[in-house]
Amino acid sequence: MSRRFTPKIVTANRLREGDVVYLTADDRWSALHHEAELIEDEAHAQMRLLHAAAQKLLVVGAYLADAKAGPNGPEPTHFREEFRTRGPSNYHHGKQADLAS
Amino acid sequence: MYSYSDFDEAFVRSRVAQFTNQVERRLDGSLTEDEFRPLRLMNGLYLQLHAYMLRIAIPYGTLAPRQMRQLAYIADTWDKGYGHFTTRQNIQFNWPKLPDVPAILKALADVEMHAIQTSGNTVRNVTADHFAGAAADEIADPRPYAELLRQWSTDHPEFQFLPRKFKIAITGSPNDRAVTKAHDIGLRMVRNAAGQPGFEVIVGGGLGRTPMIGMTVRDFLPEADLLPYVEAVLSVYNTLGRRDNKYKARIKITLHETGKDEITRMVEAEFARLRPLFGGNDQKLLADIREAFAPPAFRDAPVDAYDSFYKADPVFRAWADTNLARHRNDQYAIVTISLKAHGQTPGDATSDQMRLLADLAETYGHSDLRISHEQNVILPHVHKSDLPVLHAALVKAGLGTANVGLLSDIIACPGMDYCALATARSIPVAQELAAHFEALKLEHEIGPLKIKISGCINACGHHHVGHIGILGLDRAGVENYQITLGGDGSEDAVIGEKTGPGFAYTEIVPAIERILRAYIDLRTEPTETFLHAFRRVGMEPFKAALYGSEGEKDAA
Repeated sequence: MSRRFTPKIVTANRLREGDVVYLTADDRWSALHHEAELIEDEAHAQMRLLHAAAQKLLVVGAYLADAKAGPNGPEPTHFREEFRTRGPSNYHHGKQADLAS
Repeated sequence: MYSYSDFDEAFVRSRVAQFTNQVERRLDGSLTEDEFRPLRLMNGLYLQLHAYMLRIAIPYGTLAPRQMRQLAYIADTWDKGYGHFTTRQNIQFNWPKLPDVPAILKALADVEMHAIQTSGNTVRNVTADHFAGAAADEIADPRPYAELLRQWSTDHPEFQFLPRKFKIAITGSPNDRAVTKAHDIGLRMVRNAAGQPGFEVIVGGGLGRTPMIGMTVRDFLPEADLLPYVEAVLSVYNTLGRRDNKYKARIKITLHETGKDEITRMVEAEFARLRPLFGGNDQKLLADIREAFAPPAFRDAPVDAYDSFYKADPVFRAWADTNLARHRNDQYAIVTISLKAHGQTPGDATSDQMRLLADLAETYGHSDLRISHEQNVILPHVHKSDLPVLHAALVKAGLGTANVGLLSDIIACPGMDYCALATARSIPVAQELAAHFEALKLEHEIGPLKIKISGCINACGHHHVGHIGILGLDRAGVENYQITLGGDGSEDAVIGEKTGPGFAYTEIVPAIERILRAYIDLRTEPTETFLHAFRRVGMEPFKAALYGSEGEKDAA
């Protein structure tokens, strides 16, 4: 039996600003992890990653990151991805500040 | 201080124009990211976790006040009002936006600065002793040689695509403050039997995943042979160095795979070929450069004010005891301004602090500023009579922390708060360690101690040569911190030894406290430093303190 596919989201950084963004099911790039499309199928994940990588004027460095379903949408499973949802821990900069304003 | 020649100026301006065009082409889609990435890296622009990061070279750590002010201006105009000084005497801005980078590079060029060769497989920013030109123990100011190396290596056509990055450090003192033994080439100034100055040439040092102390390939290199010899080393490395495996590509691996004797033979043969080709223009250039580094016009004035203030004010005295170093002129002191206020980010300065540092350098420091690899700012030439008023101004700006060389004077890389390569955070560990021991008021009792923290195996935080080194790793999806003890980055360089299993994020500060309480208990007297005590007693007592009786079993 093949190993179960760990659900994924597609994430990248905006080309101009460098901000962390997530690919939504309706093809937007959202600043919010929980708005990302949670992808449960490996073939679909590859299709979505190709779709993301083709958007060369919007984003850079698109990749698939592990995620899990949560009450408000996908949540990160690894601390690196969790840090990317909010910004650095030494200053109130990045998303934690941008999304609050 | 060295000023750009017309050639330097034209070169840097042309690179700004070139990169400006490349950014335009990336933004309009003419260049793909795959095409653009190496171009932006050639100009120091990285993409990090949350944003782009621009790494700007501060050659041999020397800055003029107007350059420091321009960094403050850049921080305010295009970033978030601060900059991060790194262990390679660079400054990094963590939040630039791609369309703004050409304007930033232009602003840098306006003050003779750039971000060229701060990334990529080239000769990187040449680092030097931050006390250069001021230290009492110095044979000669190493910066003219560093500037010569900078000019020679910048855009050197043969060395733009080396097997891997290449770092050169240089010190003019026998006491090594530039960690020369942990560089691809370390140059340590020495005198020969005739009393002439020259260099001990150390090759193949480096930290990272395979930490190694460099090997001396030449005990004494006459200073006139510096460029042809360094070129010979690079040339041999460029030919032999491995391009098939990134992890085996540094010269330290080349050296070990080829053998010191064989590499030395090849370097000497190449040197013999190259030496006659250097017709003496390098020496003429060096003579010109040297003039730019002439010592300032030292003031001759009484120092009584300093002596009486030192006796009268305990806060000033504490700062003077830790943050001053001996200057070659007895009326002067070298001032280290700590960027390690307890609980703050090591190496960060706000734009206001940068402007104040520039003002203070102009008023009290012969307009000279240095950035140390230990992430502090140095005023190398301050007349002792000016120290009380300087100290008062620093305290007012939050820059008066009296902790240089103590526990909280921690080197920390950006770690996973910024860096895309990091496997764990390092900044908050440094912040918590400093705040914790400040609360315990133990720092002065512990005495001289170098803690160095890296957030991944690449070791930008120099953890291998920390008396206590901390390495942040990802262990099964959780941050885990490995401790090394007994490392030393001085002229007696040693790679630290691992204690055993690592500690979780919440466990690392208590673990360090156990080590240090064990040290206080076992030291023979308060003047026996942590490093000396470790060398005397070895690892076992510290392992016992860290792991208790289970230590042996878990460490296996």
